[in-house]
Amino acid sequence: MAALNQFFAIYGSLVNFIGINALLALSLYLTLSAGQLSLGNAAFAGIGGYTAGILTMKCGVPFLVSVAAGSLLAGVVGLVLGLPVLRLRGVFLAIATLAFGEVVRIVVLNLDITGGAQGLVGIPNITTTWGIYLALAVSGYAIARLRYSRVGWCFESIREDETAAETMGINTTYYKTLAFTLGAVLAGFTGALYAHLNYIITPGEFGFSVALDLLIYNIVGGIRVWYGPVLGAALLTALPEILRGTGLTAGPIRMAINGLILLLVILFLPNGLASLFERGGRGKPTAFGAAVSEEA
Amino acid sequence: MALLAQQLVNGLFIGSVYGLFAVGYTLVFGVLDILNLAHAAVFTLGGLIALWLVGTGGLSIWTAFPAAVLCCGVLGLILDRIAFAPLRQRTDSNFSGLISSIAMAIIFESAALGLFGARTVRFPAHTVTVHIWRWAGIFITSLQVEIVGIAILLMVALTQFLNRARAGKAIRAVAENDRTARLLGIHVDGIIAFTFFISSALGGAAGILFGLYFNSLSPDMGHSIELKGLAVIILGGMGSIPGAILGGLAFGLSEVLTVAITGTSNLRDAVAFTVLFTVLILRPSGLLGRKKMREA
Repeated sequence: MAALNQFFAIYGSLVNFIGINALLALSLYLTLSAGQLSLGNAAFAGIGGYTAGILTMKCGVPFLVSVAAGSLLAGVVGLVLGLPVLRLRGVFLAIATLAFGEVVRIVVLNLDITGGAQGLVGIPNITTTWGIYLALAVSGYAIARLRYSRVGWCFESIREDETAAETMGINTTYYKTLAFTLGAVLAGFTGALYAHLNYIITPGEFGFSVALDLLIYNIVGGIRVWYGPVLGAALLTALPEILRGTGLTAGPIRMAINGLILLLVILFLPNGLASLFERGGRGKPTAFGAAVSEEA
Repeated sequence: MALLAQQLVNGLFIGSVYGLFAVGYTLVFGVLDILNLAHAAVFTLGGLIALWLVGTGGLSIWTAFPAAVLCCGVLGLILDRIAFAPLRQRTDSNFSGLISSIAMAIIFESAALGLFGARTVRFPAHTVTVHIWRWAGIFITSLQVEIVGIAILLMVALTQFLNRARAGKAIRAVAENDRTARLLGIHVDGIIAFTFFISSALGGAAGILFGLYFNSLSPDMGHSIELKGLAVIILGGMGSIPGAILGGLAFGLSEVLTVAITGTSNLRDAVAFTVLFTVLILRPSGLLGRKKMREA
């Protein structure tokens, strides 16, 4: 027990970050599972985080209510954004969501209520490690169950071939928007948890590089099973600490190793690290994002 | 009035650099339908290599410029060989190409960080002799004229090359349909590698001009232009060279006009990304784009 306490004293914040990043990666996984490449999930997390933080801090709303409100607002924004942008495919959807994310970041940077560039400071520290991992377990379970439900099969058929799915009578607009909105809700929820973790959130924590990181977690972990993104997030979040343990201290080398891992995974393990644990998982890559080239 | 005119002139100069950057971006997209997110890292390396040649190598900028541009072209060849060529036969090559270009961007940026340090650096004084002309209340420096001259020269040369030269026509053939091009006896892989060479050389050239114009270079200077470059090629239409040039100029002008009208630089990028978002929703093929690129 003492050893465990000591471990937490040293690595507690790392453990929390792994949980948060895994939840965010799962939120993108939901969207990706319907074949929609979104770079907006970091912004949804920002919307959820700032909403919840402001409600708790300035309006004295109870923690759970403000977290719920943050998730809800992110979901509503996701729905309103999703309806027009989900007509776009592949890379174009990614760019549209990216533009949305940048606008959100700049707006947050310039508002008074969000604290501007200094960030929202003094949010009460309420989120616990148990809370994060309970949320991770529940969402992981729900997403794993979703995979073999009617909704899950619809997502998968849209991902494999949207035109064919539509021909089969699947309401693709409905399911794409559903996947996008669910992803936004989970991202907003995670953002709200994150806001109550470190006393402070800043606009930069929800920017383009974070959006790219979420995509990287999914790719490195694998996007065919729910534990892929969790695996990717855990490995890449812990990597700096692991490298520190092996004695590598210089910043550029760590960064290069990050890039190298991503490159090796995409070249040699197209279905991510999770495919190492899966029988026959190393076969044909998921037919994902192929739509653009076929149409062009 | 003179202030507004001055702003317009400044917008024209920075817009020509954006255009040069975006031309390389859009060239690769036109040929491969892949978004090369490592383009911004090559842009950064271009500027830093030129600075190193001038500062440490003692070359004049007029020798360092072509040398650094050549180095960037070689980086483009490396990029193609490592990150794109191995993925070409995969069904998900658009998506996996995007990811491997992110990986290469991280590796290039860490190289820039490792080789040149994290500091913001400048070209030594007297790298270029600057005259200042004053005309009707507007200040124009000889450096600005040289930058816009070089940018226009390179863009005109590229357009002529694509329209007239045999290799340029081959690039257009591959962009149109690589299978047919192969049947017609065009060495498709060689042409794609060559496209990367040109694209990265232009990206590097943009980096050098950008560094000279603002007289400040840092390993992360690619971040801001990466998103702007995306906005420019969407605005102009993906794959369209004249679109990228006009988009770059329009983007440069919109930036300075936003600053001039609102009086602060806070909302500069927000306006640009809102425009990008609107263009994507209303006219997804861009202002000069080919219609077929993004239809469902």
